[in-house]
This record gives sequence, structure tokens and C-alpha cells, in this order.
Amino acid sequence: MDAIILQILNGLDKGSAYALIALGLTLIFGTLGVVNFAHGALFMIGAFCAVTLSRILTLSHTVIDETKTDFLGNPLKVDVPYIYDIFGQATGDVIIDWAVPLSILFAIPVMVGVGVIMERGLIKHFYKRPHADQILVTFGLAIVLQEVIKYFYGANPIPTPAPSAFTGSFDFGAMLGFDPNTIIYPYWRLVYFAFAAIIIGAVFAFLQFTTFGMVVRAGMADRETVGLLGINIDKRFTIMFGLAAAVAGLAGVMYTPINSPNYHMGMDFLVLSFVVVVVGGMGSLPGAVLAGFLLGILESIASMTQVLDVLPGLNQIIIYLVAIIILLTRPRGLMGRKGVMEE
Amino acid sequence: MFGLNKKDFTLLLIVAGLTMFAPFLLNPFPEGSAMAQFNAGYPDLMQRFVIFGIFAIGFNILFGLTGYLSFGHAAFLGVGSYAAIWMMKLLTMNVIPAMIMAVIVAGVFALLVGFISLRRSGIYFSILTLAFAQMSYALAYSVLTPITGGETGLQPKMADPRILDAALTEGATPRANLFGLSMTSSYELEVGNWLFTFNAGYYIAAVVMLLAFYLSIRIFRSPFGMMLRAVKSNQQRMNYTGLNSRPYTLAAFVISGMYAGLAGGLMVAMDTQVGPERMFWTASGEVVLMTILGGAGTLIGPVLGAGLIKYMENIISKINSGILHEWFAFLPDGLEDLIVTLIYPFIGKGWHLTLGIVFMLVVIFLPGGLVQGGQKIAAWVRGGKAGSRDKASKSTKPAE
Repeated sequence: MDAIILQILNGLDKGSAYALIALGLTLIFGTLGVVNFAHGALFMIGAFCAVTLSRILTLSHTVIDETKTDFLGNPLKVDVPYIYDIFGQATGDVIIDWAVPLSILFAIPVMVGVGVIMERGLIKHFYKRPHADQILVTFGLAIVLQEVIKYFYGANPIPTPAPSAFTGSFDFGAMLGFDPNTIIYPYWRLVYFAFAAIIIGAVFAFLQFTTFGMVVRAGMADRETVGLLGINIDKRFTIMFGLAAAVAGLAGVMYTPINSPNYHMGMDFLVLSFVVVVVGGMGSLPGAVLAGFLLGILESIASMTQVLDVLPGLNQIIIYLVAIIILLTRPRGLMGRKGVMEE
Repeated sequence: MFGLNKKDFTLLLIVAGLTMFAPFLLNPFPEGSAMAQFNAGYPDLMQRFVIFGIFAIGFNILFGLTGYLSFGHAAFLGVGSYAAIWMMKLLTMNVIPAMIMAVIVAGVFALLVGFISLRRSGIYFSILTLAFAQMSYALAYSVLTPITGGETGLQPKMADPRILDAALTEGATPRANLFGLSMTSSYELEVGNWLFTFNAGYYIAAVVMLLAFYLSIRIFRSPFGMMLRAVKSNQQRMNYTGLNSRPYTLAAFVISGMYAGLAGGLMVAMDTQVGPERMFWTASGEVVLMTILGGAGTLIGPVLGAGLIKYMENIISKINSGILHEWFAFLPDGLEDLIVTLIYPFIGKGWHLTLGIVFMLVVIFLPGGLVQGGQKIAAWVRGGKAGSRDKASKSTKPAE
């Protein structure tokens, strides 16, 4: 029992990442009808926003500390981050420590900008082209983006720690009445799950309760009619693309402490996220979220030793296996809408 | 001739000529000169040209004709490789049974995958093939280790049974051969400063590629090929005329899987080892890049694309900043540094960036790939001669 709870918890953080990326993919697909293979690259760019901000914050200048000496007896040179000069040492340390959460503020404008430029500059010209062309051009874009990142940041993973307040683990077992230390769960993963839940809730609320969201939903259902009513739907869809990019980017920012970002992390997630989208049903936002969490949890449960003893290697293939079964038995996916990409 | 019309036969002859004289053509620069690093006429790279050419020709039969975009084709290549290496371990180091087995096993596997994947089309088909390929990769890496050798992969060993071969003498390494002719044996010809290498393995692979290319021309020109094009242009209408498209697409899928298996078998024949990374989805993405870059749906395009990408991967990637500085040494220092800094991100280790950019440009502006680009240039050159333009562009179109 405790093992299952532990695996469900483990599945939640991976599931959160899948759900966030799949949500953005579905937003783009539902609004613009574009299959965006570069979405994983947006996730990766988000992660590197966090890396960039923490590098900016730790930019430092060298000061000679007269009170101490190094081993040769010369006055010790100390690197002092500029942020100390502005806020003083104590506040500066706290800011550097909280670099990853702070990156959220930094990543939102960057990601919206990247998304809008991408849509206006490239994707716009591909609405009328076949889906295969859209896949190919965004696949090319993904290669370009990841190579650009590789050029600037190198090929090695860059560790980006969580704030020290979240470095420990939370003992779930004690709380639920099991033995202590049977179910322990890193704080940051809890934070990630909560964060994902908030973002998902915010996106749904935005679409459901604002006029803007209502128009966008109307546009998703019937773009032409909304256009005929004199509403500039293209502009709103562009903003939705920016929003989807921001969702992917934020998923990336918060994922950095869990996995050190490297330039191909986007591609690794992209393949799985596409599977998630297809399982959830093309164009269905709740489907994407549901499938994201479902597959994340299934993946962790399949990696339990008890399961692996019976069916070795299941954890490696479970997601694909589920996708194949779903696609063959429920062609629209779990919650797919009628008439979307059915051919 | 050979059941081809005059135009196709000319194309086949040209390709045959190019592959046969490749050791000369790809070595235009004398040894030791500054340009010698652009020489691609060494056996290892030439073998890769033709092997990936076969892979791309096969992929093109599926994608170029039917429009079904498979993102998991590397799985068939990998399965073919494993089949070939097992033939070498169990039966004989002769490459013929290995290649035949690779084609058969890849074909059976493609039949299985295709039967399921082809129930869906469009993006769903792409995802299904991707899922199958990733599953094969993951399984080859983990559970199937007894068959695939897991992470380390497989090589022929001394202790393997090899029932048809005579026992090896102590200390000898098993080498792939064709009735005794080792794949690695080459004849070197020195003419002045040039060194040309004629490698047995390359010529065997080249002959196989020519056969594969000939077969693909026949498929393109056959009524079967016409049916496949009908699937691409309007599947619904085809169904309304009472034709079931499934058998045709499945046949195309299996054929292209067998081509991939053949390429995998040849890879093993040239370099007797296999690892699961051959099946990873980036390898599938690579063949997509090759085909689109060269020109999907054209006969010669995929071969060109495969050659271009492999050339970039092996030659462009070797240029480092030192070499760049040498090239631009004639410029004033400041300008030299500036130009080197500007160019450097696009070559050497950054060659993927160039590849990505070129690929995007091709998809955006030249949906017909480099072949279409060539046609456009040809039409533009001939543009002045009034009246002949339409005719010319029609006659240079290789397919479609």
C-alpha cells in the first residue's frame, strides 16, 4: 500500500510536467490547428530562463578583502555579486537562493515574446499547409532552437538548485499513519505539483470566466463565424500561442531543480507529450491534463519492483503501450472532441 | 531498357556512373592540400552515403508516394541490423545470408507494425509509428538484452558457432566477407598527388543500392505506384470508387520497412556491430530530414539528401576555428576574427544548426526539396528561350 502511494506521488511530478506541456500543445492545436513539434524546445528555453537569471544574479566583481589573506599571504580576492551592492548581503543571498522561483517573473515575458514572434514570424505561414509540413517545419525549428541554446550554454547539464527552504523531504508516511521514512517525498516535487495545479487552474479559469477566454473558445469552435462577427480572432489566437509558450516555459523553469537542464531535454519531453496529447484526445484541454497525470502515474507504478518482476521492462514501454491501445480502441483519445483531426 | 522509359534509364545510368566513379568524384582535391579535408572519397563515408541512400529511398516509397509520415523508421533499420548480426554469429560471416535475413525480418516486423499503425492516418499514424519505434528501442536496451546485447550491443565473437564457416585460427578476428572477399579489402591507386581507394565493401553496397534504386523506379512507374499516389492526393475519393486503400498502403509500408532492413543489414556487413541507439527516434528523424531535404516524392531526391546530410555530418563537422583562421588569414586581423566568429557557430560542432536552418528553409520555400530547387534554377537558366520553358520543366521533373 505504502509503495503504491509512493509511486503515485512520484508519478505526480512527472505527470505535472507532461500535463503542462500537453496543455500548451493542445491550446496551440485547438486554436490555430497547428501541430507544434517545437513545443519541447519552448519547455527547454523556459528551463534556460532559470539558468540565465541565476547567472545574472550571481554576476560578480572582484574585491580585495584586506582583512583576510590567502595561502601566499597576499590580500584575499573575493568575488562579490553585484546584487550585494544593491540589496546588501543578507537580502542578496536570499534573492540568489530563490533564483528559480524568481525566474518565473523573468520567464513569463520572455516566453510570451518568443511565442508571439514564433507565431507571427513562422507558424502564421503554415495554417494552410498540410499537417505534415507543420510538423516538419516546427521539427526544424526545434533543432535550430536547441542548437542555439547548445552554442550559448554548452552541452552539459547545468545544475540549478531549488531554494534551500525546499531542499529537504517531506515524510508522508508519518502523516498517513505508516512507519516513518516509508513514504518520503522531496518538498520541491510537492511545490512543482502545486505549481502545475495552479497554472492549469489559471488557464482553465482564464478560458472559462473571462470575455477574452470566451471569445477564444468560440473561435476554437467556429473560427469563421467569430471572424464574421467583426472580432479579430487572429490576434487573440496569437496571444494564446504566447500563453501556451509561457505555460511550457514555466513548466521548464520549475523543472530545473528536479532535472538539471540540458539542451536536448525538450526533445525528450516532446515525444512523450505528443503521446500524452494523442491519448487525451487532440484538441481537448481536460483530456490533455488527465492523460498527463494518468500516464505519469502509470509510468511510476510500472517501475515498482513487484511489477517489474512479473513483466520486466514494462516501465520503459508502458506509455507507448497505453497510447497504442487507446488509439486503436478509442480513436478520439480519452476525451477527444468529435470531428477534430479524424480524417 | 530494363522496362524503363528512356528518361528513367538515363537517370539510372547517371546514378550508376556516379556511384561507380565515386572514389574519383568525391576525391577532387589532391592529398596534403588545404582543401583535402573536403574529400569524401574514403570508404567509410562512401559506404554511409549509399547505405543511407537505400534507407531514404525506402522511406520515400512510403512518405513520398502515400504521404504517410512515419516517425519510427529507424526501428526497421535496427531490427534488420540485429537479424544480420545473428546470421553472422550463427551461420556464416558471408554477407549474403545476413542481408537476406535482415530484409525478411524487417519486412515481417514492418508488416506487424504497419498492420496496426495504418488503421490511423495523419498525426496519429506518426505517433503510432513513433511509439512502436521507441518501444523497440527501450526493449532492446533493457529486457531483450539476451538477444540484443543491451547497451553494449553485439559483435561477432570467436566463440560463436558459425556452422557454415571453417573454424577460425587462434587469434584471428571474424571478418564480414562475400565468398572470401573481405569487406575491408581495398585497392589503392595513386595518381600524382591523388590517392583513390576502391573498397570492396563500398562496391557491394553500391551495387545493392543500384538494385534498390532500380526497384524504386519500377515501383514509382507501376500501376501500384499510381495507386499509392492516389492515396496521397485523395484517399476519400479513392475509397468512393470502391477501392480499399489499406492493402496498398500496407504493401508500401512493408516495402519501405524492407528497404530499411536492407540498409541495416548492409551497415552490419560494413561494420560488424550493432547497438540499440540505431533505433532511437532521432535516427528516424534523420531519415525524414534526408528525404525532405532532397525532395520527397522524387526519385533521386532522397539519395541526394542522404548524401548531403552525411557529408555535413562527417566533413563540415570537422572544421574547427583553427582551420577557419587559416582560410581567412589573407584578411586584416580584425576582419578575420569577425568573420570567423560569425561563421563558427554554423560549422564544426554546430553543424546541426546549419542543418536545421537549411531544413526549415527547404520546408518553407521548397516543398519539393533540393530537386525542386535544381529544377527552378534550370528553368530560370533556360528562361530566356521562349516557348521551350514549359516543355523543359516538364521533362526534367523526375517524378510526379
